[in-house]
Amino acid sequence: MAVRSTVGVDMGGHDRVRTRRPARVRVAATAAALTLMAPMGACASGGDGGVPTINLYYPPEQNLQQVVDRCNIEADGRYRIVNRVLPREADEQRVQMVRRLAAEDDGMDVLGLDVTWTQEFASANWVREWTGQDRAEVEEGTLDGPLETARYEDKLYGAPKHTNVQLLWYRKDLVPEPPASWDEMISTAQRLKEQGKPYQVLATGAQYEGLVVLYNSLVASAGGHILSEDGTESVVDEGAVRALEMLKNLATSGVTSPSFSNATEDPMRLEFQAGNGAFQINWPFVYPAMQEANPELAEQVAWARVPGVDADTPGRMTIGGINLAVSAYSQHPEESFDAAKCLRNAENQKFSAINDGVPPTIESVFDDPEMDEAYPMKETILEQLREPAVRPLTPAYQSISTVTSAILSPPAAINPQATADELREAVADALESRGVLP
Amino acid sequence: MSANSTPAGADVAAGGTDTRTRGQQAAVPAQRANRRKRAPLSENKRAERKLGWLLCAPAALVMVAVTGYPILYSVWLSLQRFDLRFPAEREFVGLDNYVTVLTNDFWWTAFGVTMLITVVTVAVELVLGMGLALVMHRTLVGRGIVRTAALIPYGIVTVVAAFSWRYAWTPGTGYLANLFSDGAPLTERASSLAIIMLAEIWKTTPFMALLLMAGLALVPDDLLKAASTDGATAWQRFTKVMLPVMKPAILVALLFRTLDAFRVFDNIYVLTSGANETSSVSMIAYNNLIRGLNLGIGSTMSVLIFIAVAIIAFVFVKLFGTAAPGSDDGERR
Repeated sequence: MAVRSTVGVDMGGHDRVRTRRPARVRVAATAAALTLMAPMGACASGGDGGVPTINLYYPPEQNLQQVVDRCNIEADGRYRIVNRVLPREADEQRVQMVRRLAAEDDGMDVLGLDVTWTQEFASANWVREWTGQDRAEVEEGTLDGPLETARYEDKLYGAPKHTNVQLLWYRKDLVPEPPASWDEMISTAQRLKEQGKPYQVLATGAQYEGLVVLYNSLVASAGGHILSEDGTESVVDEGAVRALEMLKNLATSGVTSPSFSNATEDPMRLEFQAGNGAFQINWPFVYPAMQEANPELAEQVAWARVPGVDADTPGRMTIGGINLAVSAYSQHPEESFDAAKCLRNAENQKFSAINDGVPPTIESVFDDPEMDEAYPMKETILEQLREPAVRPLTPAYQSISTVTSAILSPPAAINPQATADELREAVADALESRGVLP
Repeated sequence: MSANSTPAGADVAAGGTDTRTRGQQAAVPAQRANRRKRAPLSENKRAERKLGWLLCAPAALVMVAVTGYPILYSVWLSLQRFDLRFPAEREFVGLDNYVTVLTNDFWWTAFGVTMLITVVTVAVELVLGMGLALVMHRTLVGRGIVRTAALIPYGIVTVVAAFSWRYAWTPGTGYLANLFSDGAPLTERASSLAIIMLAEIWKTTPFMALLLMAGLALVPDDLLKAASTDGATAWQRFTKVMLPVMKPAILVALLFRTLDAFRVFDNIYVLTSGANETSSVSMIAYNNLIRGLNLGIGSTMSVLIFIAVAIIAFVFVKLFGTAAPGSDDGERR
C-alpha cells in the first residue's frame, strides 16, 4: 500500500510537468503512467471484489506458479495467491524483505525464508507465530531437522516447504566402497594420486556461506557446538576445534583441487563432471546435471552419506531449504496461513520435488513411487536428513556466518586452537550486536 | 580564438560558479580587512540583513528538516545498542559503539581503501580534467561535439556504467578481461582496486573538467597576450598566469571531488560488493546497517563518515582558503 501511494504521487507530479508539452507527448506520458500503474493496482492487498490477495514473496522457482494456481483453485474464492518472485541472489532476497518489513509494509503476506533467516525475522517480530491447529498440521509428519530450523524460543515461526542436504558423490570405478571417515577419504585420495588416477576431494572452500555449511557439518559430525543449546552463548567447544583440525587437514593434504580456497558449488560440479574428482560433497542437483552433461561418467558415480569425523559415527550434514512464514503486517493473516499450508502440502511438495528438484520436508512424500525416478538417491537423502546438522539457531546468524567464513578463509591457514579462540570471540561479539561486518 | 571563446566559456560555466569566483577575486582583500575589525552595521544594512534572513528562512527550515533531523537521529542511534534483530535489548551504551568500530580491523581496512581511492582518483582526475578542460576550451572545430563527447561518461548513471565495467572485466563475456589478463581481475584485491579507481576516474573526470573550464574562462586573454609578448613560453603562461588566476576554481573542484570520492559506494557495490577487502567506509556502513540490521554500529559508522567529510571540508576551506560556495556574499554588496 505504502509503495503504491508513493508511486501514485510521483506520477501525478510528472503529469503536471508534462501538461505544457505537445499532445502527443502527453498521450505517451499518460500511457506510460497507466502501464506503470496497472501492476501496482494489483498490489493492493485488499483486492477487488472482496477476494483477498495473498502476496507470496518467494525466491525464483521455475514451476512454483503451477503450485500457486492449484492452491488458488482449491481456495475457491476465499483468497487469491499472487506469486511475486524475489531476486535470484539470497542476499538481495533478504535485503528486500528486511527493508520492507522494517518499514511495516503491509503488501507482503507469505514470505519464503531461507532456513537461516527464520530466527532473525521471528526475533525482530516481523513474522507471526504458527499456533493451534495450523501448527499441529505443519508439525504432522514433517521431518525434525527442517522443523527445528523453523523454531525460535520453542515457538514455530515457519512451515518448512522444502529442504536440502549435501551428499558424498564418489567414483565407484576408483573407490569400490564409500569412505567412512574424512581421514579415510583423504588417505584414499592420496593413494589414488600416487597411482596417477583422478583423486581430488571437492568441497566448498571459498569464503562464503558454503564454507560455513561445510564447517558446521564437521562440527556436528564431531559432536561439537558453536553456540550453547539455547543459542544465546558462544561456546566453540572441543568438537569445534576438532572440526577445524579436520578442515585444515583436508586443505593441506594435497588432495583438494588447486582452487579449493575459491571453490563454490557449481564450479565444483563442473570439475567433477570433467573427471578430475574422485569425491565431491555437493547437493543432489549434481546428479541429473551429470546425467545430462556426461552420461558415461554418471554411470560410474555413486552416492553415500557424508563421511564422519570418526569412522564409527556417520557424518552429519548441514541442511538448507525454505520455510514459509506469515508477515506480521499482513492484513489477511488467516488466509495467509491457509495459503502457506496449501503451498507446502504433501501433494504440492511432491510436485515441486519432481519438477523443481527441491526435496520435500514431509517424510511420507519420499515413499511415493513417483519419486523414484527423479530421486534414485532418495533413501540416502532421507537417512542424511534424519540425522541433520542444523546451523546455529540465532537471530544473529547472518553476522556469525559472515565473520566465520572470513575467519576460516583460507582453510589452509587455520591454526586450530588459535582460530577457535578467534572464532569464539567473534561469535560472542555478533551475539551482542558488537560485531562489525566486513 | 579569443574573440568567441570567452562568451561561450562563460556560458558553459553555468550560473553560480563564475559569478561567485569573479566576485570573490575582487572581494578577497576587502574580506581580509573586514575580518580583522568589524565596523558596526548601519541601520540600513541591518534591515537588509534581517530581510535576507527572512528570505532564506524557509529554505533553511527545509534543510534542517531533511538533513538536520537525520543527522541528529543518527548520532542518537549511534549511542545505543540498537539491533533490529534484538528489539528487546535496545539500550543506551554511550560511546561503546565508537570504541567497537574504532578498534576494529575491518573499519580501518575500509578507511585505508577509501583514502587510497580518494587520493589517487582525485589526483589523476585533476591532471586529466585540466587537460580535458584545455582541449574543450580551445577547440575550434566541432566544439559542441567535443564537449558533448567529453561529458558523456558523466551523464551515464554510475550503476549502469559500473555494470558495464563489471561485465567488461568478467572472463568469458568481457572484452577487457580477455584482452589484458588470463585470470579474473575482479577476484583479486589489487586488480579490483585498480578497476574501481579506473571506473571512478573515467566517470568523474568530465565533472572535474567542467569545473576547471569555468575557471579557465576567467583567465583574461589580455593577460595571456601580454605574457606571450613578454616572451613567456606556453608552459610559463600555464603555470605563471593561468594557474594563479584559476586557483579558486581548482580548489573548489578539488573540494567537491574529494568529498564525493570519500563517499565512494556504487562502483564498489556493483564491481566487487566489497569482496577481497575492497570495501570503502560507505560500503561497510551499508553492510552493517542494511545487511546486518545493526542500527547502532551502522549509525556510528555514518557519523564517523560525516565527521571525516566535515574535516576534509574544513581543511580545504580554512587551510587552503577555498571559497566555500556563498562565502563572499556579505562583502560583495
